[in-house]
Amino acid sequence: MADVGSVAGVAPKTVHRRQWPGEVNVLIGLVVIALVFEVLGWIQPAWRSDIAAQSFLFNKLRLSIIIGQVAITGIIAVGVTQVIITGGIDLSSGSVVGAAAMIGMSFAQASTYSRAVYPHLTDMPIIVPAAVAILCGAVAGFVNGGLVAYTKIPSFIATLGMMVTARGVANWYTKGQPISFPTDGYTVFGSGLHPVMIFVGLAVLFHLALRFTLYGNRTYAIGSNEEAARVSGINVERHLLLVYTIAGALAGVAALVLTSKNLTAQAGMGVMYELDAIAMAVIGGVSLSGGRGSIIGTVLGALIFGVITSGFTFLGIDAYYQQIIKGAIIVIAVIADVARQKRAARRA
Amino acid sequence: MSDIVLETRGLTKHYGGVHALEDADFTLRAGEHIAVVGDNGAGKSTFVRQITGVEQRTAGKVWFGGDEVTFSGPIAAREAGIETVFQNLALADDLDVPSNLFLGRELIKFNLGPFSILDRKAMRERTQEALTKTAVKIPNLSNTIRNMSGGQRQCVAIARSASFASRLIIMDEPTAALGVQETAQVENIIRGLKERGVPLILVSHNLRQVFDLVDRIVVFRRGRIVASLAKHETDGNDIVSYITGVKGAEAGAYA
Ligand SMILES: Nc1ncnc2c1ncn2[C@@H]1O[C@H](COP(=O)(O)OP(=O)(O)O)[C@@H](O)[C@H]1O
Ligand SMILES: [Mg+2]
Repeated sequence: MADVGSVAGVAPKTVHRRQWPGEVNVLIGLVVIALVFEVLGWIQPAWRSDIAAQSFLFNKLRLSIIIGQVAITGIIAVGVTQVIITGGIDLSSGSVVGAAAMIGMSFAQASTYSRAVYPHLTDMPIIVPAAVAILCGAVAGFVNGGLVAYTKIPSFIATLGMMVTARGVANWYTKGQPISFPTDGYTVFGSGLHPVMIFVGLAVLFHLALRFTLYGNRTYAIGSNEEAARVSGINVERHLLLVYTIAGALAGVAALVLTSKNLTAQAGMGVMYELDAIAMAVIGGVSLSGGRGSIIGTVLGALIFGVITSGFTFLGIDAYYQQIIKGAIIVIAVIADVARQKRAARRA
Repeated sequence: MSDIVLETRGLTKHYGGVHALEDADFTLRAGEHIAVVGDNGAGKSTFVRQITGVEQRTAGKVWFGGDEVTFSGPIAAREAGIETVFQNLALADDLDVPSNLFLGRELIKFNLGPFSILDRKAMRERTQEALTKTAVKIPNLSNTIRNMSGGQRQCVAIARSASFASRLIIMDEPTAALGVQETAQVENIIRGLKERGVPLILVSHNLRQVFDLVDRIVVFRRGRIVASLAKHETDGNDIVSYITGVKGAEAGAYA
């Protein structure tokens, strides 16, 4: 081994710093945006005579509204994040929420009211509608995953198909009639801080899965270099099936929480939620080209999303402008991602 | 008692009308280092893909360690003891060094099926050992390999093969994109393999390197093997004339 020893001095000359996690940038972004709203809150009487100077951040109610607002789409974003890390996209989540809401809720109705579907059912223990909603989501995700993994259809197209189909199922199920009046117990998923706790719990769970398990390593490996993953012996197809199924199941959880909170299911529930969820992930630094990002980033992205939405209302900005500005923010986040990509490619 | 590690007879691969590999007879003996040379498109990578199970051959037979084999995929070849450094690096840019070294054969601390807990500490330690053994210097193992130089990445890929390989290593143009120093480092890893008696097939364009490192040189031209020469019975000019077709152009010149 004398020869091998002699190269010890021939180390490549690239300098290596410890890498700075991308989440730090997102966190800084969150703080800066919140502070901007804080400042605007104090000076806004200058142009709005109807409003007194007030704090944006130091308002418990507002903070809890912000978190409550992002909790449900946040649950979806946890799943979408994992799909995006594999290099795919899931456009169906919003529609899957609609379908899972309708089907799940039909098992939650109290028998004191006339049932929309299954007139002969008695009151179900809440585990039944919960399981049904999550299962509906999982089935939709399974179909998405199967299409992407085994037919090699681009995920954009496969999940676009599911987006239309799942919405169709939601409408067909009761011919458009809403389903209301769940059993008393059913309200537990959506009441108080429960949606937030479910969101945080799922975020922690999947953060750990991505960070410390085989599942995580494989998810990143596939998004990073699918061919490398394949020749290294990873069963790419089966893994994709799993990831899309999880994303679907999480959309089912979102449907459960949403119907429990609103005490009703409507076929139009969840419209555009997929875009909000994707925006949360992208703002949180999850790269649309796969391989990069984390649940922590997405949670921070969700908070940025919530702070901006709430901040616009706080400043009395018209809802139409809100949409326009939100769209711009998503595009900017994607541009930033592409720019990062290019810089990385140039360095390599 | 034969000392033949790998043998192919009539190995052929057609891509539709493209005859990328035609009737290749090849023999590699225990401990031997063989270079595969030839012009771009001569069929070298195609040859590698047929013996490593990445693709299924059109015709011909392959024996490995005395048994006739048909690998269903690269994993099967790897399980049989053939490690390959593919021409397009089979690394995941967004994973750190240990995760790349153990990609597809991760060490597990606690088995939970697909959600098994990784033993990152053990993977790190074993990676450190493997890199020390191959004299590869990587400053920070927990950085993703995205920002590493071409040489460092190639060294990771090679260390990965070298630390797992039991019976045969195949490298497809491992130094094609590297600088002088980085190439020297890879060549030293190869010398280390020779000392450890691990047989090697080295696909290379660099004749200086080939004459420095290997025992025998096999020349591919237009999908056919046109020469197989021991290092001491040939020289650079001779090899070039086989590569360009000045020599060995008549069919069956080499048998
Ligand atoms: N997947 C493929 N489909 C069609 N033709 C291919 C394919 N792979 C290689 N070829 C062709 O086979 C020939 C040999 O290619 P290759 O083995 O890559 O050459 P080398 O590695 O010696 O440069 C070339 O003409 C190439 O274009
Ligand atoms: Mg080649």
